Amino acid sequence: MTILPFILWSLLKVAVVTVVMLMGIAYTVLLERKLVGRIQNRWGPSRVGPFGLLQPLVDGAKSFLKEDLIPTAVYRPLYLLAPIISLGCALISIAVIPFGASMGPKGMDLFEISNLNVGLLVILAVTSVGVYGIALAGWSSNNKYSLLGALRSSAQLISYELALGLSLVGVVLRAGSLNLRDIVNQQATLGMATWNIFGGLQFIAFFIYLMAAFAETNRSPFDLPEAESELTGGYHTEYSSMKFAMFFMAEYGNMINVGCVATLLFLGGWTSPLGNLMGPFDNPIINAVLPIFWFVLKVFCFLCLYVWVRGTLPRLRYDQLMNFGWRFLLPLAMLNIVGTSLWLAYH
Amino acid sequence: MHLILFFLFAGLCLAGAINLLLQTHPINSALSLIVVMTSLAVLYLLLGAEFLAIAQIIVYAGAVMVLFTFVVMLLNAGREERTLGSRAGARVGFPAVAVLLAVLATVLLHAQGLTAAHLGAGLTDAKSGTNLDILSQVLFHELLLPFEVTSVLILIAILGAVALARADGSKTGGAEGTAEK
Repeated sequence: MTILPFILWSLLKVAVVTVVMLMGIAYTVLLERKLVGRIQNRWGPSRVGPFGLLQPLVDGAKSFLKEDLIPTAVYRPLYLLAPIISLGCALISIAVIPFGASMGPKGMDLFEISNLNVGLLVILAVTSVGVYGIALAGWSSNNKYSLLGALRSSAQLISYELALGLSLVGVVLRAGSLNLRDIVNQQATLGMATWNIFGGLQFIAFFIYLMAAFAETNRSPFDLPEAESELTGGYHTEYSSMKFAMFFMAEYGNMINVGCVATLLFLGGWTSPLGNLMGPFDNPIINAVLPIFWFVLKVFCFLCLYVWVRGTLPRLRYDQLMNFGWRFLLPLAMLNIVGTSLWLAYH
Repeated sequence: MHLILFFLFAGLCLAGAINLLLQTHPINSALSLIVVMTSLAVLYLLLGAEFLAIAQIIVYAGAVMVLFTFVVMLLNAGREERTLGSRAGARVGFPAVAVLLAVLATVLLHAQGLTAAHLGAGLTDAKSGTNLDILSQVLFHELLLPFEVTSVLILIAILGAVALARADGSKTGGAEGTAEK
């Protein structure tokens, strides 16, 4: 492919995926409010549109129209930069996530913005850069609650990033590749029986990944950075209007990213529970839509699990959080790597 | 295309490096260093070394620089003061570094019998197979012993750091629990 069509095609894909991602973020918020509402025996938003389906749009309009306050004591350049870093990093990861097998005319990859052979590492790298958004927001706000929230948050992110990264090593060892498509294809042969979480015997890794992912996205029961009762709002205390909304969107964007990665690495990605046993259909449209359906369904289930946990578990104390990360998850992840390597060497 | 990207990111890298020196506030300098690291990663990517590029971002831009910004945030370091020495250094420093670099480069190239045109010749004719495969072949077959020795060295460094931190904690009379809080 020559350079100009390539650029245009990539721009088109970026635009479509970004819009879908933003809509996904908006409706994840609604999903959470609805589900948490049901868990707490109330309805959740139900007035705007049928079943409250238009609530996210109204919320978006509200945050745009609110007054944008910038406190006088903040360090302006970094105060303005921080939400952009946060949201940017949350939106970038989706670029290397494949939604389906490589298909399309003349090398035009229809289901992935860019297919890299270090795709998994790119996601980890983007996550590790995302810490700056939170750290700088807390520091530049010039507020003790913000600073404490940011310090907690960054410490938590750095600690759990280790366990998160190590939990993925077992999967990479099994696939022998860092390319996300290869990892999915390796799981596709026998459907659910070869998914990494079941047949791949990576359920311990999945458990570690799940715990670390809750901590990475600052979600309950690890949502100490924004513990309302002790830190008002945590790192985003001084932010208002759209800037606050950007942090909010970044949090939900990261939830979706984590769900996508879990789907790709442990739940067989876009393949159906029958995998290659249920071969491709004659109708090309079904072949194109089915992978997206399975992918979205798996991510949706993961997000529901997220909300369920949030509605069920109380918040941990900070020292409990650190102990859990360093003394339990990290050694467990290392043991998992050793076990997987031995198992693979034995075979 | 590669040339355009190279000039763009090499320029960004140099601009970040110069900004790093000119800024008086430590956190701005730290952020400029992140820009430098990230643009270097893009340059690695242009040379076809994806793994190195991503490792550069994860390790340097992600882990090392987060600790830098942490220290700056925790110490709340103030602005750097301009002294007579720093003013003199600003005048003389840049030419001095340029001269030193030029001399070193000439001597090294001369000693190895290379001209500037030869540089980078080995980078473009990469073998077949992905970069990752070649790298792991080299690291885990040919250089296995140095690799393992390095990892032991790092482990010793970690243990040393833990020992130092512990000794400090017991001196102030606190158990590990209070140090964490």
